[in-house]
Amino acid sequence: MKISYNWLKEYIDLDIPADELAEKIERSSVEVDSVIKPSDGLKKIVVGKIVEMENHPDSDHLHICQVDVGEDEPVQIVCGAPNAQVGKNVITALSGARVADNMKIKKSKMRGIQSNGMLCALDEIGYPKDVVPKEWADGIYFLPEDATLGDDVYKYLGMDDALIDLDVTPNRGDMLSIYGTVHDLAAIYNKPAKFDLDKVSETSDKLTSDQIQSDVNDEIAWTYLNRVVNDVEVKPSPLWMQVRLWNAGIKPVNNIVDITNYSMLKFGQPMHAYDLDKLSGKVSVRYANDGEKITTLDENEVELDSNDLVVADDNGPIAMAGVIGGMDSSITADTKNVLFECAIFDPIKVRKMARKHVIHTEASQRFERGVDPMAVEDVLSSASEMAREIANGSVTNDVLVGSKYEAKKAVIEISVARINHVLGMELSAQEVIDIFERLGFEVKATGDDLVVTIPTRRGDIHIQADLIEEVARIYGYDNLPSTLPTTTMTTGGLNEEQQLIRDSRHILEGLGLTHAISYALTTEEKAKMFMMGESAQTDLSYPMSSDHTTLRMNLVSGLLDDIAYNKARKVDNVALYEQGRVFHKDNEDVVKPDEIEHLAGAMTGSLVDNSWNQPAKNVDFFQIKGIVNEYLETIGLNGEISYVSNASYPEMHPGRTADIFVHGHYVGFVGQVHPKIAKQFKINETYVFDLNLQTIIDLPKKEQSYELVSKYPSIKRDIAMLIDKNIENDSIVKVIEKRGGAYLVDVKLFDLYEGEHVPEDKKSLAYSLTFQNKHDTLVDDDVNNVMDKVQRNLEKEFNVEIR
Amino acid sequence: MSLKDDLTKLRDDGIAQINQATDVNEITKEIKVNLLGKKGPITQALRGIKDLPVEKRPEVGSYANEIRDEIQNALDAKLKELEDKALEEQLVAEKIDVTLPSTPVAKGHPHVIQSIIDEICDMFMGMGYEVKSGPEVEEDKYNFEMMNLPKDHPARDMQDTFYITKEILMRTQTSPMQARTLEKHDFSKGPLKMISPGVVYRRDTDDPTHSHQFHQVEGIVIDKNITMGDLKGTLEYLLHQLFGNKYDIRLRPSYFPFTEPSVEADVTCFKCDGKGCDVCKHSGWIEVLGAGMVHPNVLKMAGVDADVYGGFAFGLGPDRFAMLKYGVEDIRDFYLNDVRFLSQFN
Repeated sequence: MKISYNWLKEYIDLDIPADELAEKIERSSVEVDSVIKPSDGLKKIVVGKIVEMENHPDSDHLHICQVDVGEDEPVQIVCGAPNAQVGKNVITALSGARVADNMKIKKSKMRGIQSNGMLCALDEIGYPKDVVPKEWADGIYFLPEDATLGDDVYKYLGMDDALIDLDVTPNRGDMLSIYGTVHDLAAIYNKPAKFDLDKVSETSDKLTSDQIQSDVNDEIAWTYLNRVVNDVEVKPSPLWMQVRLWNAGIKPVNNIVDITNYSMLKFGQPMHAYDLDKLSGKVSVRYANDGEKITTLDENEVELDSNDLVVADDNGPIAMAGVIGGMDSSITADTKNVLFECAIFDPIKVRKMARKHVIHTEASQRFERGVDPMAVEDVLSSASEMAREIANGSVTNDVLVGSKYEAKKAVIEISVARINHVLGMELSAQEVIDIFERLGFEVKATGDDLVVTIPTRRGDIHIQADLIEEVARIYGYDNLPSTLPTTTMTTGGLNEEQQLIRDSRHILEGLGLTHAISYALTTEEKAKMFMMGESAQTDLSYPMSSDHTTLRMNLVSGLLDDIAYNKARKVDNVALYEQGRVFHKDNEDVVKPDEIEHLAGAMTGSLVDNSWNQPAKNVDFFQIKGIVNEYLETIGLNGEISYVSNASYPEMHPGRTADIFVHGHYVGFVGQVHPKIAKQFKINETYVFDLNLQTIIDLPKKEQSYELVSKYPSIKRDIAMLIDKNIENDSIVKVIEKRGGAYLVDVKLFDLYEGEHVPEDKKSLAYSLTFQNKHDTLVDDDVNNVMDKVQRNLEKEFNVEIR
Repeated sequence: MSLKDDLTKLRDDGIAQINQATDVNEITKEIKVNLLGKKGPITQALRGIKDLPVEKRPEVGSYANEIRDEIQNALDAKLKELEDKALEEQLVAEKIDVTLPSTPVAKGHPHVIQSIIDEICDMFMGMGYEVKSGPEVEEDKYNFEMMNLPKDHPARDMQDTFYITKEILMRTQTSPMQARTLEKHDFSKGPLKMISPGVVYRRDTDDPTHSHQFHQVEGIVIDKNITMGDLKGTLEYLLHQLFGNKYDIRLRPSYFPFTEPSVEADVTCFKCDGKGCDVCKHSGWIEVLGAGMVHPNVLKMAGVDADVYGGFAFGLGPDRFAMLKYGVEDIRDFYLNDVRFLSQFN
């Protein structure tokens, strides 16, 4: 809400700059979005009077005006406004003026006639179009007749006021009014709030209850009061009232409607005014019927259902209760008799209705946050009195009570010790009592124990913690001590699982992969690619976009999206990893999926850029396998890591994909993305791995150990062979290891050749075997015997030809 | 000529020959062998000693040894000289342009948000906090109900939610970890000091300042004597560590259903140092986190005696921190994983 500083000052003595006041409000009450003075940025805009006017000889709509701006000579200004009129005081931008949007006004010629300024409409000096009254929407604005010619216009239009825009949290509905804000400032600055309610003068001899009856569902309207004002003259409201409204961002409409809005700004109590003569039968507050329709004040037709709240007459809805009024019963220039409504509607129901129909109004905003139940009748009276004063109405003698809820003031017992305990302070009882009394709370003190009674305007205060907050904010958070918790000692730190996850990230980064964080919500199709096991999918019930409908069940597809994003930006070398959760469900009936930690990587292009001394090497299966393997080795899993060819992943290259096992447990896969999937993602050849990190976390780890480095020399022997192409390296190595004897410590493939000079169904392999006896020098004979054995067995098992 | 004279001449000729040598091989393979080898004149001379009269043998023998040593020293010196020279030449020849680019090395980068989360966790672990992670698919009960946000609470509107079923949702905040840990914590074993980082989700349309997925870090401390002053001190420590000591910190009243009193913490705007600019909407301050004293209802619902125990909780957004700290203008950059973006962070 935009709070007018000038308006505040009517009720509290404040003499500080507006910025300073805003800062104080922010530190003590609610957030301040901005502090604006409407005249900021404007220059040389003064009151002028059109003393002469003639038609422009070369135009059918321009007028040549002589404008008296309090100088010796009038200023000649050419003006195209249709309502320009001799004798009117108008907003005059002189030559050199700055108007809205920082536009500069210069002397110029308009169709050959000298024009030394501009006569302005309200929007031309910065008023948003939606607050400009209808009657001034299409022409220049007429200032009061008693305005002093040559004066700056700002004070007449309230533009010299500072407007403090409060961003009110849901609990502080009281701050959505001058009344509530004044009370809070009174507490903050320890000054009295001078707020007097107008006493209504019941000038009519008529009764409200003779003119209308009401039938109210008090579940909907906890309090529902009406009063009739007869024989009103509907016309624009006085300028001072219009200023207050437009400075708060509300468009002045007519004196009756303006009174309701003015009352709302002043007291925080929304009101509505109906044209009594347009109502038929009685006024009822009820749930809407399904399919019932209403045309609202902003001329939209809304279809209602049985959860919606309406005020209705015998013909149907006349308002969406607490949200917006209906067009048909609205106040017009012809209205004679007004029915004012002042009520409290159920906050939750109002909120639901406003939300459902996306109609958020000044009224609904306030009802949702709660209004002061004790002020309803006073506000109704005050508004009726205003209608008597500015619309010459006669106020009926009674208030029609449809429902009335007797609010109870909250009473909270609290000790000063408790307050100090929570805040970490040593305030005296008197200091605490002072704060409460400044807030307008009643306090009964018995030594340290206080009984605090809360006025109903502060509906947010129910419990001790609420009172403690009041003390803290009025005393000032700046004045709180700054300490650290004193407790018995606790040991912080990561547990094993968290440490492993963190280590995993560091290892992969060390191996050249960059940490990516992709979206966990993806498309149904991508969610179920690259699956490492059966799982039902988890869908959002109301997704926001078709790109994010389903919880991912793999990390790879997200990484492929990332690679595609990079490729589209001409970045072809990408090496990413992601650590995060995938969401699996055993079957459709499970509602809450298991969240499984995964670790995945994706690589395309080359890991290291091309350079002058080293050509780039495109990533291949063996490079990514090396990265995965190095990761698994570093993590220190206890057990052998093995890779088994698997052609059954639909999204993976059938000949270039391996399942990864650790000590026989399936932990994931590594390989090349299927070319048709790569095409679908619009990416180049890409290699990926996905590991079930939870399995890795759960698997036993090796204890860090150490073996004496042998001082005896080792012996190396090479063995080369021609072998069937389809025999896998693993099975050859297994035979070598099995037959290699106790001293074989390492088997390394150092050459693989297929092609020329090798039969088509064969390949040539060469291994280097390392032998070592830790306790003695090996003799050639020992090794020779073993090599013979290895050779014989290779020949026997695979029919190899040793070369 | 006596044998001694022969030796003297041998030495003089040998040393002259050595001094003229220009090549290491010449010295080691020719001169050295010629002079000192088994068939060389010195050896021959020494062999000839046995033909001398006994009384003369020691003198000549010792002279011969002297000569041999002299020749050896001359050889060594020359050898060193030549080797030094050769090395010097080699070094000159080996000179490279050290300004040529280095051989590229594969290097991965941490994600900036993860780095901030790790930094925050490390800071709190140092103060004895344990780290917990919670489910991203959460029950309405923990995400809202137990955080004092009953159905129809207006503050639920502030967190538009992705629901899976009526009761199951993508967590909108890490705060449910308050309820989850409170529910399980055994206070007879000491205070609860916990920090919980994680991913959260909101039903938002992605744009430069909104992301349907982002991160939060939740913290909570509950014991018998935890004060609001402790909250203030903790937040000041955290923010000074993260943003630097030169910035001021301001606490403002705010509203969260699960804390009372509630505060928001602002830090001096880094861009303008508090003078006011577009980033801070001309206020000089940037809002960085929300916090407060845990609401008694939250404690009660988790089965904790709110008359005995109390404390503070806070929640902060690493995405926002990263945006503020590094001037990242579009939150989507964190999730689109352009390597040119990611590789700027170490």
